[in-house]
Amino acid sequence: MKRRTLLASAALAATLGTAAFAQDPTKACFVYVGPIGDGGWTYQHHQGALAVKEEFGDAVEIAWQESVPEGADAERVMTQMALSGCDIIFTTSFGYMDATNAVAAKFPDIKFEHATGYKREHPNVSSYNARFYEGRAVVGHIAGSMTKTNKIGYLASFPIPEVVMGINAYYLHAQKVNPDVELVVTWVYTWFDPAKEADAARAMIDQGVDVITAHTDSTAPLAEAAKEGGAVIGFGQASDMAPFATNDDGTPGPRVTSIIDEWSPYYVKRVKAVIDGTWEQIDSWSGMPEGEVVMGEMTDVIPENVRQEAQGMIDAITGGTYHPFTGPINKADGSAWLADGEVASDGDLLSMDFYIEGIDAEIPN
Amino acid sequence: MDLSAINPVLLVASVMVSATPILLAAIGEMVVEKSGVLNLGVEGMMITGAVVGFAVAVNSTSPGLGFVAAALAGALLSLSFGFLTQYLLSNQVATGLGLTLVGLGLSSLIGKPYEGMKTATLPKLDIPVLSDLPVVGRMLFSHDIMVYLSLALVAAVWAFLKYTRAGLILRAVGESHDSAHALGYKVVRVRLLAILFGGACAGLGGAYLSLVRVPQWTEGITAGAGWIALAIVVFASWRAGRVAVGAYLFGGITVLQLNLQAAGAAVPVALLSASPYLITILVLVIISARGMHGAPASLGRPFHAST
Repeated sequence: MKRRTLLASAALAATLGTAAFAQDPTKACFVYVGPIGDGGWTYQHHQGALAVKEEFGDAVEIAWQESVPEGADAERVMTQMALSGCDIIFTTSFGYMDATNAVAAKFPDIKFEHATGYKREHPNVSSYNARFYEGRAVVGHIAGSMTKTNKIGYLASFPIPEVVMGINAYYLHAQKVNPDVELVVTWVYTWFDPAKEADAARAMIDQGVDVITAHTDSTAPLAEAAKEGGAVIGFGQASDMAPFATNDDGTPGPRVTSIIDEWSPYYVKRVKAVIDGTWEQIDSWSGMPEGEVVMGEMTDVIPENVRQEAQGMIDAITGGTYHPFTGPINKADGSAWLADGEVASDGDLLSMDFYIEGIDAEIPN
Repeated sequence: MDLSAINPVLLVASVMVSATPILLAAIGEMVVEKSGVLNLGVEGMMITGAVVGFAVAVNSTSPGLGFVAAALAGALLSLSFGFLTQYLLSNQVATGLGLTLVGLGLSSLIGKPYEGMKTATLPKLDIPVLSDLPVVGRMLFSHDIMVYLSLALVAAVWAFLKYTRAGLILRAVGESHDSAHALGYKVVRVRLLAILFGGACAGLGGAYLSLVRVPQWTEGITAGAGWIALAIVVFASWRAGRVAVGAYLFGGITVLQLNLQAAGAAVPVALLSASPYLITILVLVIISARGMHGAPASLGRPFHAST
């Protein structure tokens, strides 16, 4: 009798065990560099995470950690996530690159996905990025067309290829439409510090800059531009930032359009690959054609003809007929980079450490 | 490089705005430390002030009311610190750090519904005659009321500590709580009042960030301003006037380096970016080398009447 009970319960346990195993949800984890409420970069990644949950329901469990500093802390957070049963970990800032690879070495069964980096030292590390420069080209065109002072600003975070690429795309298309345009770059060495971002925007505005594009994560630069009563315009960065399209008194706000990072399709695809067991290392770099870079609605502040030109550029990039870096383009030191009609290679872009001709400044190193 | 692009009038004006949050928080913390208490929770109280001030300003459409609420919220949070350290004699360093963590967490909880919202901000004052003066009018006399209030507060704290009996008692408590106690002064009560004042000031500083300087709420908006305020108190060797100098120096270098960058100065950007911190460290080293610490003798030491 006893033995039978024992056998029965063992059998039951085995059944339960397999049942539990079958229903064990895949755990997708996310490491964020800022708070979800930044209204920009991290907010958009989190929207992607929520889209994963939405898509798979109970089959997927998501977890995240906000405001993780780049450096040793990031490694600790990722290790903790790996130990707590995450099946795939998305690390969503450039500065997590080495930490991601270091932790990935210790957990070969867990998949790692690093955003905006280039190192894939282990088979379980993929990297993914979006072609933000396509959006920068469009806002550059708008900036060049709309500036009245002929001074346009770029609020830069860190001197990495990603940012340099953005600066070049922005300036290239501004000066194409307005040869007199002058570019002012201000480095703040942070991804998220609203007060500092506001200060930097203020410094540029005080010096006559009237179009500001930001490569940081908060909405503070737009809030600063809003104080100028329409004389200064800017763009939503990473997220739509639609609240800045209109001021409280109903007048048009400083945000005239935006570059939106749409991570959802990629996140859903990659988590699905983990569930199906088909996950493989890749290096993904999608843009407007794949719907990963999306332009926000253009407001009426932009003149009708400029809006049409910008839309034409968006259509051309989406349709694959135009690449924002098409020669002839020279480097800032005067040497040739791209010959007439030549298109920049991805390798060139991803290691970009030079300004193009016309930008009178040095890239900090 | 085009230094003529930097307009000194606008530069000074933005320095004043940029320095005000840390000035408010630092002057409050200085009074706390003068009473012998080290409250490392400035960052937490600031950010709580920032979110409460913003929430109240949005709901009441009155930034003034927002500042009042922010001061109350900062004071309330500091009261928990005061209770733990003064009555339960907990470790001040640990409790202060805890207060920062609580403040950061609490603020993101309260702030969730307010993300992406906009608020009415303080109007710039239009002072008759003064605001219309050439150059200095725009530079010094066209700010919002909090800028002047923060400077008035510095003067008030200085006069209070130097000339009033209550100020003398506060300093006595901070220098030697045992002697002050022997003389019949209520050490714990004095310290609690100082802690409340410090909390209210930090709350105001935080609200200045979320209501005037950035005007919006985002998580982590203070981004370390509270720690800078703490450093400025040491930098100022616990003197009110020097707190103002320190805050304006720090704010000034921060704004100046951004302006130099925007003007294309031929100085390495990394050096410019680090300059506010480098100069703070430099001044601290000079102060230590000259042996003028001026730290209240009982700073950070717990007090209990029985010992």
